[in-house]
Amino acid sequence: MPKSLLIALKDLTLAFRDVGGLLLMLLAPFALTVGIGLVTGRFSGDSSTGLSQIPVVLVNNDDGDLGRVLVETFASADLADLLEPKTVTDEAAARAAIDADEAAAAVIVPAGFSTAIFEAVADAPSIELVLNPERPVSAGVVQSIVESLLSRIEVGRVSGQVAVEQLLQTGRITPDQAEAIGREFGEQQAGTAGSAITIRRVDVSGRAAEAFDVLTIIAPGFALMFLMFTVTNAGRTIIQERLNGTLPRLLAAPIGAGEVLGGKLLGIFLIGVAQVAILILANGALFGVDWGEPVAVIALVLASAAGAAGWGALLAALAQSPAQISGLGSALMLIFGILGGSLGNQIALPDMLLPVAWLTPNYWGIQGFAALGTGASLAEIAPDLGALLAMAAALFGVAIVAFRRRGLV
Amino acid sequence: MKNILVARDLRKTYGENEAVKGVSFEIKAGEIFSLLGPNGAGKTTTISMLSGLIAPTAGDADIAGHSIVRDSLRVRERIGVVPQEIALYDDLTARENLTFWGQMYGLSGGRLKTRIAAVLEQIGLSDRANERIKTYSGGMKRRVNIGVGLLHEPQLLFMDEPTVGIDPQSRRAILDTVKALNTQGMAVLYTTHYMEEAAELSDRVGIIDHGKMIALGTQRELAQQIGGRETLSLHIGDDQNSQALAEVVRGLPGVDQASAMDHTVSVIVASAAEALAPVVGAASANGFRIRGVEVTEPDLESVFLHLTGRALRD
Ligand SMILES: Nc1ncnc2c1ncn2[C@@H]1O[C@H](COP(=O)(O)OP(=O)(O)OP(=O)(O)O)[C@@H](O)[C@H]1O
Ligand SMILES: [Mg+2]
Repeated sequence: MPKSLLIALKDLTLAFRDVGGLLLMLLAPFALTVGIGLVTGRFSGDSSTGLSQIPVVLVNNDDGDLGRVLVETFASADLADLLEPKTVTDEAAARAAIDADEAAAAVIVPAGFSTAIFEAVADAPSIELVLNPERPVSAGVVQSIVESLLSRIEVGRVSGQVAVEQLLQTGRITPDQAEAIGREFGEQQAGTAGSAITIRRVDVSGRAAEAFDVLTIIAPGFALMFLMFTVTNAGRTIIQERLNGTLPRLLAAPIGAGEVLGGKLLGIFLIGVAQVAILILANGALFGVDWGEPVAVIALVLASAAGAAGWGALLAALAQSPAQISGLGSALMLIFGILGGSLGNQIALPDMLLPVAWLTPNYWGIQGFAALGTGASLAEIAPDLGALLAMAAALFGVAIVAFRRRGLV
Repeated sequence: MKNILVARDLRKTYGENEAVKGVSFEIKAGEIFSLLGPNGAGKTTTISMLSGLIAPTAGDADIAGHSIVRDSLRVRERIGVVPQEIALYDDLTARENLTFWGQMYGLSGGRLKTRIAAVLEQIGLSDRANERIKTYSGGMKRRVNIGVGLLHEPQLLFMDEPTVGIDPQSRRAILDTVKALNTQGMAVLYTTHYMEEAAELSDRVGIIDHGKMIALGTQRELAQQIGGRETLSLHIGDDQNSQALAEVVRGLPGVDQASAMDHTVSVIVASAAEALAPVVGAASANGFRIRGVEVTEPDLESVFLHLTGRALRD
């Protein structure tokens, strides 16, 4: 095993033996997540006991195929356990059902929807999705079903062929329907570009009705906030090891100075990864948070830890004493928490400060986790991953130069 | 016998402060060489240069045939280092510390296991090996600190004041370990400011002061340097000022050097028989009460006193 990896693993072991550190690394963000989760009602109602029989109200004002497919999809045998659809003709009745908390969501297909889509008119009417903020998880499920259905149709429309196989495989449509839709799409193919199908989400109570599961924002928010503590604490060990003689002893061993520094920096990263991964897994296991596509979630955990570790490395390279890095670390944790959105949706953050928010791993990480929670793919969070990795590369680069210049390693 | 280490005119300057001012010496394979000197003499700085931790401002040294300046990595593979301050991970057990440091010296697998078991035996901690270092006494930590330096069976071991601040029993154990290692053929560079340790352990001694090697040789050779002189140790009462007495005695005929430590004044004289009466007489005349007088053969302490006019620990 390379010596730098052995050094990093040694640091990981030490981090998990530091009881005080663990309280801040794991217990604090977890407790805050649970606390805020309770306040937002995440643990009451429909979310924690598994989802079934979600009441949905459907209003189909469309006389074409798309409206029909949507209604049939909701009524399909595959989704029978999950959904309890009810078709009404009156939009007002649908909205009333949401207000009365009788349904988790209402899906309203406007008149002329199919025609507008097929003929690719400029201002095609949107499908209206009314979500019940009291049931964010159930509403999120309905939303994701509508989105996936529409995106499949959209793929077919734009490319000139309906994703017949997909639709068939998932039992969304019958072969007859597929053929009909495919033919019409094919005819309309010429001259259309871009997405014509849109969903208009309706915010019922003024709260964020599109939240899929509040925990997909709250939990990463706190995890990433305390990640800043973790990485600065890990960075601090570089200065501490210099003072207590273990770093000089390493440098007197037959190892290159670069390998020693590499090991210490890798250690910061690994400890960060461990912390975020544990919090993500714990929230998933205990509260059934669905984080989204596993590969994308792993990528985001790694990238977030890398971006934050860059800050830890930089502080370690610049600080004069362990006490100083602890102080700076706590300050950075709070500032990044506020600016990056860990403590709420960038509460009234002036535009001027937005570029500052971009410097925080919190901003990109939270954005990424929220997107994944509502079904985004790896490709869709690529900008967030890119920003985090660029941040890591830049900060590690500066830190290494600073370490060398100061002759610290 | 072959030299395992040859240091040539090593120098280290920190800004204005010249910590080591051109030190040259040799260590033969299999011998114990002590670097004896007071605080701030430059012992640690010398060892740090030799172990590749800091670069010499000038000069060079060959260890096992490799230059410390040009071939630092090779040198570091061949030496064991026991730093003056305990350098271990408090939250790892002794075994985990030894495992980690063994890996840093390139050991792995079965050989690492065997070496750890052997070292634990050697430092007498086999039964406590799985306890965290932070629960250890100072003496036990010191022993693990030494053990780390032995894992890869170096040809030359650097030990920088390994007995500072520990109880007599642990100190005894460490000195015995050093002798045992030496019997197995390991050369040792041992720094200390305890004259007795250097006397007990060393084949040869270098006396270092203010960054300069002021004397070098076997103990017998060093004793000869002070040319058959003898030491009078004057013991005085607790209420008496030993510094003042040293001052009084220093000017007397036949007195070479005098220095005070605690309640004893050491006086180096050409002949104890001739100097005894005038020294005691001058002390009484100046109001000092002498409680006892000892005449001793010259030792390393008196060599240092003779050369510098100071005690090793003042
Ligand atoms: N990194 C440094 N920067 C500046 N001066 C230093 C540095 N290291 C040592 N010195 C100075 O060099 C001189 C020799 O120090 P050194 O630590 O080598 O002495 P020593 O013989 O090991 O003393 P001790 O018995 O106290 O350990 C001292 O004057 C010390 O202040
Ligand atoms: Mg020293």
